[in-house]
Amino acid sequence: MIAGISIYEILTLTSILFFIGIYGFITRKNLISILISIELILNASAINFVVINKYLYPEVLQGVFFSIFIIAVAAAETALAVAIIINLYRQISSVEVKDTEIMKY
Amino acid sequence: MEKIVFYILALLMIVFAIASVTSRKMLRSVVYLLFVLIGIAGIYFLIDYNFLAAIQLTIYAGGIIVLVIFSVLLVHHIEMELELAKISKQILTGVLCLFGLGVFLATIYSYDFKVVENYKTTTVADIGSGLLSYDRGGFILPFEVISILLLAAMIGAIIIGKGDKLTQKDETI
Amino acid sequence: MDITYIILIPLIPFSVFLLLGIFNQQIKPAISGYIGVIGLSISALLSYYAAYQYFFVYGKVDEVYQTFVKKTVWMNFTDTLHIDMGILVDPISVMMLVVVSTISLMVHIYSRGYMKGDDGYTKFFSFLSLFTFSMFGLVLATNLFQIYMFWELVGVSSYLLIGYYYTKTSAIAAAKKAFIVTRFADFGFLIGILIIGYYTGTFDFETLNNPEGSAILNWASTSYMGLSVITWALLLIFMGGAGKSAMFPLHIWLPDAMEGPTPVSALIHAATMVVAGVYLVARLFPMYYFVEDGFALKIVAYVGAFSSLFAAIIAVTQTDIKRVLAFSTMSQIGYMMLALGVSGYKGIEGVGYMASMFHLFTHAMFKALLFLCAGSVIHAVHSNYLKDMGGLRKYMPITNITFLIAALAISGVPPFAGFWSKDEILVAAFENNRLLYYVALFVAGLTAFYMFRLYFGIFWGKETKYEHIPHESPLSMTFPLLFLAFMSIVAGFVPFSELVTADKIGFEGHMDYPLAVVAVAIGLTGIIIAWLFYKKENDLAAIFSSFFGIFYKWTSNKFYFDEIYLFVTKKIIFDHVSTPIARFDKKYVDGTMEGIGNKTVLISNKIKGLQSGRLQDYAFFFVGGVVVLALVFIYIWTN
Repeated sequence: MIAGISIYEILTLTSILFFIGIYGFITRKNLISILISIELILNASAINFVVINKYLYPEVLQGVFFSIFIIAVAAAETALAVAIIINLYRQISSVEVKDTEIMKY
Repeated sequence: MEKIVFYILALLMIVFAIASVTSRKMLRSVVYLLFVLIGIAGIYFLIDYNFLAAIQLTIYAGGIIVLVIFSVLLVHHIEMELELAKISKQILTGVLCLFGLGVFLATIYSYDFKVVENYKTTTVADIGSGLLSYDRGGFILPFEVISILLLAAMIGAIIIGKGDKLTQKDETI
Repeated sequence: MDITYIILIPLIPFSVFLLLGIFNQQIKPAISGYIGVIGLSISALLSYYAAYQYFFVYGKVDEVYQTFVKKTVWMNFTDTLHIDMGILVDPISVMMLVVVSTISLMVHIYSRGYMKGDDGYTKFFSFLSLFTFSMFGLVLATNLFQIYMFWELVGVSSYLLIGYYYTKTSAIAAAKKAFIVTRFADFGFLIGILIIGYYTGTFDFETLNNPEGSAILNWASTSYMGLSVITWALLLIFMGGAGKSAMFPLHIWLPDAMEGPTPVSALIHAATMVVAGVYLVARLFPMYYFVEDGFALKIVAYVGAFSSLFAAIIAVTQTDIKRVLAFSTMSQIGYMMLALGVSGYKGIEGVGYMASMFHLFTHAMFKALLFLCAGSVIHAVHSNYLKDMGGLRKYMPITNITFLIAALAISGVPPFAGFWSKDEILVAAFENNRLLYYVALFVAGLTAFYMFRLYFGIFWGKETKYEHIPHESPLSMTFPLLFLAFMSIVAGFVPFSELVTADKIGFEGHMDYPLAVVAVAIGLTGIIIAWLFYKKENDLAAIFSSFFGIFYKWTSNKFYFDEIYLFVTKKIIFDHVSTPIARFDKKYVDGTMEGIGNKTVLISNKIKGLQSGRLQDYAFFFVGGVVVLALVFIYIWTN
């Protein structure tokens, strides 16, 4: 618990981060930028887990464990995404979203 | 004191997050993200989850951001300016996000959280025994699954990143 | 009398049809001809055996020819109204069996020579067998519905055979015309059947034809527009018969039907199918006679007489030999209808009925012979037109002789077959209706004239230079000619008045000598005029035709009936009814449907833009959806 800070303020902060992430996800035109936005979204939710655990159920540690797992999954996801981006760059010399639309057919 | 620190952290995080998703320089964008992640680690410190904060710093700041920076360096010129989306789309998305935020906040503030006052510090030993416990509420199985997932991700990343030999030699690409 | 074996008579051609139809490609042409001929021979022998058994051994009980029926219920509607399948044996059906099997057998034999080398040889024989089967089925039908089924089958096989040369546009058009016109007539037939079924509660010939039966006694129970409904039904049924038998004004398909191979014309459009209308009226004769004092029968007589006269006049001017024969057929069928129409029921009064059946019998023989001779001539000359022929008697002696016999027979010269039957018709007409008698007499003269015009035109007349020297046809073609010529001579001596009569009690036939002398004199006059005109090349005929001027032109154009029908169907019905309906259909009915389709495509094209393939667009809509759903759920939960 942070002295003087209620859960509402922290949840407000995470919501703002979450929507900034979504904004970035939708508006950015570059695969790496999108990856960055995803990191933002993931982190915002990870904070939520931890904060709710701490403020509402301090005697258990489930939220912490979930955060740890989220961080692990995020690491794996980033590694794969970077691999895919690099491979794609080899194939089409671009990591712009507009060049990767052929799957629509 | 903690209150002021939190507000400063929160302000920094929001500013850097916005900077991160609007910057036209790729590398700067990544660095701004790094600041946000560090701010999150700060929040973990504030709520007395030191181990989590350490993980956040090492894995995110130390691992993931470095990985992303490498990929940026591999596929971009440092000076390259990123393309921006259409203004109309930016505005539309911004409105949508603000709207969604409003819905979220309205929901959050209309809910009465039953907060338990506590200032307990969680030790690494608690987390370790919890993760490796076989008992009820133990997380040994997800822990193992995550380890396998990481292994699989590692192999997958190598296979994908290595690419096809044929395409490597193909000079027309 | 056990009549079970008679069922084999139609079934044998049917199995031949199946065999040849299914193994069309496998069976060699040489073999398929033999299969057809052998199958039909068996049928013919069975028919002769049945005729012998019926007429001379078992058929007659107490001087009355009995009706034998063997049937099973096929479709059951009510206790009395049900459709049966079966066979009915009585004098006319046995007589028709003999006619159909004889002519069909002769045509089968003849076709082996005539169709030699044709690509669809096997197909041709399978169609012939199908037709023969249908005709037998029609003849043996026990009720109106069964006869209607086979009636349609006959129509279909006629369609198939007329359109046999399906690469020729005119043949296709003729086949369609025949099918549509007869089908139109059959529509009336069907309505008639339904009316009969509704008001009398039965389709069965035995019940319907019983003079003391309820169907005949209760004819006056319901009336419609001044006539009994049963009379209306009979008139509608006669409409079906008139369509099949090419009576005026439904005759237009018959001349065009000559597009089919000549053996087909001989079998279907001269001897068997076209007399189905006569057979139908004869089959229902007691009904026609007793219901409303024979009003329907009078109509039959007048339609027959008019058609007879009309066709005979047209036949005089035609130059296509098969068309002359077609109009002659129509004329002779009109004769038969006339005879039925003036007939009475009891004993000697029924001479018209007897004469009609007699004429049907003899006409089948000599008209088939005429057609087969014409086929033989066409086979040799490769033309249908009189102008390409002449002087053929030197090249084709057998055809010449047989054609002469047939022409004499149809002209009513004794002792050939036509004389006897025609004489009976004239007697019946004379005793019943003088007007019709004079018409018939005049037609007899015309018939003799145009037949001998044909004969002299083909075998005498000017010497035409032929590119290929014509030669006599092979034995497979001349044998049927000789056989039918023999039949044309002897058929007249069959004592019909003792065998086939309206009330099924034989009577003593007699010759009315004054009438016979008049008829023969008229016939000979016709022949002599033809001899004067056409024996040697001269311009008497031309002078004569110019004398009639406009009338001649009208006649040679068949009184423009085709044009009138074409005008009515094309200019009036097609342009002013069908086209607007079609336009309506296209514009509004189709238009609506197509509009729906087009709009769907249009909207899809618009929507397609949403499916951009860009991940971020999807994410945008996804988030938007999530927000909206969240709002909705919040609204629900907070209220």
